[in-house]
Amino acid sequence: MDAIGVLMVCPMNTYLEQELDKRFNLLRYWTQPRQHEFLTQHAESIRAVVGNASAGADAKLIESLPKLEIVSSFSVGMDKIDLNKCKERGIRVTNTPDVLTDDVADLAIGLMLAVLRRICACDKYVRSGGWKSGDFKLTTKFSGKTVGIIGLGRIGLAIAKRAEGFDCPISYYSRSEKPNTNYKYHKSVVELASNCDILVVACALTPETTHIVNREVINALGPKGVLINIGRGPHVDEAELVSALVEGRLGGAGLDVFEKEPEVPEQLFDLDNVVLLPHVGSATVETRKAMADLVVGNLEAHFANKPLLTPVV
Amino acid sequence: MESAVVGHISEIKQLPEILVLGSPLILKSYATEFSSKFRVLRPWESPLPLAQFLAAEAQNTQAALCSGGVSVSADLLRQLPSLRLVVTTSAGINQVDLHECRRRGVAVANAGTIFSADVADFAVGLILDVLRKISAGNRFVKSGLWSKNGTYPLGFKLRGKKVGIVGLGSIGLEVAKRLEAFGCTILYHSRNKKPSLTYVYHPDIYKLALESDILVLCCALTDQTHHMINRDVLLALGNEGVIVNIARGAVIDEKELVSCLQRGEIGGAGLDVLENEPRVPNELFELDNVVLSPHCAVFTEVSFRDSFELVCGNLEAFFSNKPLLSLVSKG
Repeated sequence: MDAIGVLMVCPMNTYLEQELDKRFNLLRYWTQPRQHEFLTQHAESIRAVVGNASAGADAKLIESLPKLEIVSSFSVGMDKIDLNKCKERGIRVTNTPDVLTDDVADLAIGLMLAVLRRICACDKYVRSGGWKSGDFKLTTKFSGKTVGIIGLGRIGLAIAKRAEGFDCPISYYSRSEKPNTNYKYHKSVVELASNCDILVVACALTPETTHIVNREVINALGPKGVLINIGRGPHVDEAELVSALVEGRLGGAGLDVFEKEPEVPEQLFDLDNVVLLPHVGSATVETRKAMADLVVGNLEAHFANKPLLTPVV
Repeated sequence: MESAVVGHISEIKQLPEILVLGSPLILKSYATEFSSKFRVLRPWESPLPLAQFLAAEAQNTQAALCSGGVSVSADLLRQLPSLRLVVTTSAGINQVDLHECRRRGVAVANAGTIFSADVADFAVGLILDVLRKISAGNRFVKSGLWSKNGTYPLGFKLRGKKVGIVGLGSIGLEVAKRLEAFGCTILYHSRNKKPSLTYVYHPDIYKLALESDILVLCCALTDQTHHMINRDVLLALGNEGVIVNIARGAVIDEKELVSCLQRGEIGGAGLDVLENEPRVPNELFELDNVVLSPHCAVFTEVSFRDSFELVCGNLEAFFSNKPLLSLVSKG
């Protein structure tokens, strides 16, 4: 097993690195000053790639690794992996579904409360001594607000379930209407945005869903509407979002993801109706360990010729 | 018979007289509407000190509207001999001497349950903020540190955590309902067990803290609950435990809380209330695992409107001899 080269494309989790070190020859791509040469040097031994939401395996990387058999992603999103190329070459792909569903859904609700009730702004107010000058202002009630979900998959459903605990009516947009839910289906994102108070992005990122939240959707959501993004940065036309927030055409936003992480538009920094997080949707001790165990488990299964735990391809 | 001089008698509608004490925030928003329904005595507009104002103006006043910060003490009640009703804008009535009110035949009405959903929402918001470092993460990104530094410490999962609710009244029940949807296990401590509920009851607050990962304080402040959360209870909660307070600051021994937080003896805190508001112990400002808010869990536009309507409803009921809407204590 020691001879199996596993290329980790960027730093993601020290526990995962330790577990991979124990079982494979782990190669840390980000520590290499000359990456092209490094790949050429190790091309014959690299049989697996481990990626995450920031970096995965694009066509170029796949083509430079002739012995690549499996890509195991430390994420549920597959947008950084060229799935077609993998299919073409018979390369297996795994991700980390289910184990992170709760944390991402929790964060979506946490962002909704933080934005509507201005919790971060409250904390800032107290810390800066503002409370001595007087009371904080009135904010917007969360309970009972209509929550519109783009993508009613595992994460979307988990968000819906939590929001129902706050008596929030749920509506959604999806490629097709889902049977067995009481939630209100809208056949377009614009229609969904026009009919909800809080719009949350919870679908996979594909070429079709890139910029699914565009100017039209933002306008439909309106000056009292709030956008929550726990999907991927490119789901939202970021430039349009920034100008809508700066101009007050959108009521607020809670964003865990951005088009070019870790770069975040600075015009958002001073806005109290905007909460920004450094892509932490699944970032809990418990969940990251579970995700790491899945990555390792999938690789072990593959190299032992056993069924993969969570295959995508 | 001499011809009677008939004067023009204009009928002046006599509005009921209300004394307002403290400066209830709802009146800042609804002053005009309030004045159209009641004749309002506003001591703060008078140059007289309060005692003199009351002696001069409020001897026949039957109803008073008090903000939550006004101590309705025996001393105050003595100065209002005609008083029959106190309406508070707060849900909490720890500031009202109920015994003295009863003795004097003064009924007390409060905010009832109109704030419960908003307060419960805020409590859940604080729990999520502390566990997932939302305010701290927001500060991190907005200070430009993410693009320079990259990594951010991990938070903690909420599903499966045991949440101990202290005080299972209207607010406590709303908190429980919300947290169940996140997959939390609910435990509670209350003066009495609620037999119709399946949540696990703990008659002993210390044992509740031992069992819980998160403690949420939703109880009234009384002699029994004053400093109920003391050092022993905090240590029982433990170094991974989180405490959220949306009740009253004095339910927690604040000095002990601060030292436990500084020493890492508890994992984190979300505090909407403190013992000496608006004074905040400086030591808390150093801590990223603490989220602070300026006693604003009820501060939504909708709840303020609802509060105003409830206040008017209680006052109008009183003056028409109808039952009060949110009676706490009979006169």
